[in-house]
Amino acid sequence: MALESEDIRKTFGYFTALGGVTLKVKRGEFLALFGRNGAGKTTFLKIAATLVKPTQGRLRIEGIDVREQPEEARRRIGFLSHNTYLYRDLTPIENLRFFGRLYGVQDLDERIHSLIDRVGLQRRASDPVRSFSRGLHQRLGVARVMLHDPSLILLDEPYTGLDANAVDTLNQMLDEAISAGKTIILTTHDLEQGLRAASRAIIIDRGKIVFTGDARDPATRDAYSQYIRVGVTP
Amino acid sequence: MKSMSAIIFKDIVIEMRNKESITSMLMFGVLVLVVFQFAFETINVERGLLAPGTLWVAFSFAAILGLNRSLAMEIDNDCLQGLLLAPISRGELYLGKVASNFIFMMIAEAIVLPLFVVFNNLDFNLKFLEVAAIACLGTLGIASIGTILSTISANTRIKEVMLPVLQIPLTVPVIIASVEATREVLTGDTRGISSWLYVLAGFIIVYLTASYLVFEFAVEE
Repeated sequence: MALESEDIRKTFGYFTALGGVTLKVKRGEFLALFGRNGAGKTTFLKIAATLVKPTQGRLRIEGIDVREQPEEARRRIGFLSHNTYLYRDLTPIENLRFFGRLYGVQDLDERIHSLIDRVGLQRRASDPVRSFSRGLHQRLGVARVMLHDPSLILLDEPYTGLDANAVDTLNQMLDEAISAGKTIILTTHDLEQGLRAASRAIIIDRGKIVFTGDARDPATRDAYSQYIRVGVTP
Repeated sequence: MKSMSAIIFKDIVIEMRNKESITSMLMFGVLVLVVFQFAFETINVERGLLAPGTLWVAFSFAAILGLNRSLAMEIDNDCLQGLLLAPISRGELYLGKVASNFIFMMIAEAIVLPLFVVFNNLDFNLKFLEVAAIACLGTLGIASIGTILSTISANTRIKEVMLPVLQIPLTVPVIIASVEATREVLTGDTRGISSWLYVLAGFIIVYLTASYLVFEFAVEE
């Protein structure tokens, strides 16, 4: 299994963000996670990325218990959030070189230049990230995520702020990642983008999984439409 | 060690580019020395007794500015979260940030200290080197506790206020030991300096060890 969560709960004071999420994601699976704002999607992804500790429950990444070997688990994870975690005063190359050194990436310069080319930032490679638009930020964020060749890719609203060209590039990169056997968990409000390449879709509501279905099954589309309209799934 | 050096190198590159941390510490440090110089000019007291206090007020308050800038750099665009995603221990991350904060503080102090010598009509002799050595120790103490406090205050709503509120009381033992050790060097009466240096070293070890162990909880969301 690429990811196994057992009864993951997370509370912030009196607020319950996750009320017991049990989920198994196979290696090579592309999982789309849907839900309204505040449903718990981002909290679940942050817990999966080891950024947030669950109040209760167990989590294994590629069979590694994140409590016992957090660094080993992190080595296998690539996480793209709303924020790209990039230093605005550094150039794309400097940012990627820094993160590459933290992850111990081999042949770093070669890897950086191939990723910079891949996300279409060759012309801006020496400009400080401060001067980038939201879309360019996000492209570089995708390069940061892919830099250490993670086996589990977690993407939180990755399409936000991307133009059509960048969306195509991201989709191509995700398709390549799936072909290479990577596992992807993606959250989005965009049903079409979410279901485009996903193999399974899940709807989270108020911290709990309320629907699981095959991404290609029309019933999944109906469930999502009903959920958005009336707040409940079939 | 590789991850620590990567963090230090990254901080140095950013500082060379925006010059925010060192410049603000330097300006503040020099300003404090100038203000105290004017304040004590008309008072007929031995400079050796007052000067250590002015020096360490300049160093410790300037350090808070530097720590605030260092914190701001990691908060901007949630970069701290990016560091936490990396496969390095929280302790290594802490030591990397302590090292870069220490380096920036020492660079600012390397300019403030000679000005302190000039303002107080001291000589650039062995005493100057002894004060510089005490400054290294005291600054390490400030950086060791200041780094974790700046991380804790990053998770609060009033981060700019929270850092000095936490930092000043907790660095009092380091400041007192540094002031006393500096005073003994400047007055030439060094009979009790070893005990102050022991106090200083003790607090540095306690701060570094405790912060290394609890940094994981400080960065938790």
